Amino acid sequence: MKNGARIGLALLLMPMLLWLSLLIVIPHIDMFLVSLRERVGVGEYQISFANYLTFFQEPLYLWTFLRTAVMSILATIITLLIAFPVSYFIAKIARGRTRSALFLLCLVPFWVSELVRTFGWMILLRETGILSNLLQWAGLVSGPVEMLYNDAAIMVGLVYTSMLFMVVPLVTTLESLPDEVIEAGYDLGGTNTSVMREIVIPHAAPGIVSGSIVVFMLSLGNYLTPTMLGGKDSLWFTELIYSQFIVRFNWELGAAFGFMLLLLSSLIVWGMLRLTGQTLERTMG
Amino acid sequence: MIPSIPQPTALRAAYVAYIAVFFTFLALPLVVVAVFAFNDSQFPSLPWEGFTWGWFFGSERPMIGVFHERGILRAIGTSAFVAVGVSLLAVAVGLSNAFLFNRYRFRGQGILYIFMLLPLVVPGIVLGISILVFSSRVANGLWDIAEWDVEALRPGLTLVILGQFSFIATIATLVIAARLQKFDRSLEEAAMNLGAGRLVAVRTVTLPYLTPALIGAFVVAFLMSFENFNTTLMLVGSDAPLTIAMFDRLKEGSTPLLNAVSLLLMLGSSLLALVMIAFQRKA
Repeated sequence: MKNGARIGLALLLMPMLLWLSLLIVIPHIDMFLVSLRERVGVGEYQISFANYLTFFQEPLYLWTFLRTAVMSILATIITLLIAFPVSYFIAKIARGRTRSALFLLCLVPFWVSELVRTFGWMILLRETGILSNLLQWAGLVSGPVEMLYNDAAIMVGLVYTSMLFMVVPLVTTLESLPDEVIEAGYDLGGTNTSVMREIVIPHAAPGIVSGSIVVFMLSLGNYLTPTMLGGKDSLWFTELIYSQFIVRFNWELGAAFGFMLLLLSSLIVWGMLRLTGQTLERTMG
Repeated sequence: MIPSIPQPTALRAAYVAYIAVFFTFLALPLVVVAVFAFNDSQFPSLPWEGFTWGWFFGSERPMIGVFHERGILRAIGTSAFVAVGVSLLAVAVGLSNAFLFNRYRFRGQGILYIFMLLPLVVPGIVLGISILVFSSRVANGLWDIAEWDVEALRPGLTLVILGQFSFIATIATLVIAARLQKFDRSLEEAAMNLGAGRLVAVRTVTLPYLTPALIGAFVVAFLMSFENFNTTLMLVGSDAPLTIAMFDRLKEGSTPLLNAVSLLLMLGSSLLALVMIAFQRKA
């Protein structure tokens, strides 16, 4: 390498290394170190796994953790099931103007803040809300119904908020599948289901994986939707982290919780990549 | 199914109906938020009490509109300030990263690329607390060593900017790198054959080519910063950006004021998105 190129490389490396080391790598190591601290006196600490023991021994913490994981997986599956037919329609059935219009319409809700979207669902679902009034008007129920503050409401919010991150990768991969290949499938005697199963879904696999990873991550790390739609007892793991850090000021336990969340999300992302033979570079980059 | 292969009419009708239901589901919350911004009532819910502009322009209690509500206006200003800071930083670092991965081959590049992608798979709240923990350790350390109190390292706008930047930089990098990949390097060589130095060639040929991507990355970064909640929540000090300010109000109970703010947000971000699309088209 020539000298000039070497200097250029060093200059371009600098911002990236500063960013990744000071804002990503070192803070995470530090968070892990803090999670290993146990307070034994005023300003006195020792290294121990006490915080992790607390996590595993307190049923509420463990239960919330597992519940958050299961609900996030469920939200991912539901989002995929709803988004796939829509993406297929946009990529393969709609043509020209309609296609770009539909695709754009899918993006619109996500240009506005998650807070606004969640607020919209609150207006729809609450006791004095639109759906409750609609049901009463239709005579299906006799009094106001509260549809907010339960798991179904959280699920609706999570699925709604994540939709875009599933639709975009799916449309992109499905668009790259030539129509001729699908036609060939039918010419060779395939039915709707067999063409779908043997041609379309395998081709869309990278899109399905990257969409699912992002949706799962966003659900797992979501704070706003479970808090606002699930109410006080929504038991979402991020709420525990928030309360340890901001309300109880127990940073050691909070850091341990944060690390568990990071571990869980990394494990599931890694597992999904391994299972489908994809790499992070290909699904994200 | 595909248009060139005939399908039963009932099946096609059902499919189109499903798509219609989906888009209704997508539009419903936003439409509801927008409509109730004009409800002449203290609550954003039925019954409909009549149309009013009060929640935008009203200046007297009980109906103080957005444009007379100091707290909200200040929060919008804070958000815009943070978003501009994050976007500028992210575009600058993203541009540098894009050149790094496009023009150089060095040992450890593959690993560095994976590291660059990692912020996207770390939950936002974890990014927030890790930066909070680390910055307060540094701040405490500086105080213990030199009695030097660095306000910027305590929860506040500087940390909010850094926290949002930590993952938005990845997105800016990806947007800019995607366009740089398509660039024909012989154009740069032509400029150098005509006597331009390397830097001049990059400035006069490559950067103009990248402009749409730079603007795109800026707008995306701006929007992501403006609507970020999780990372901001952990790092915020006394000056609350709009999402946090609205969240606090929402917890106390909502008035149509929040609908009015939301409607303005929707209009603002749609406008920005349209500007971006127009730019991309021209390129």
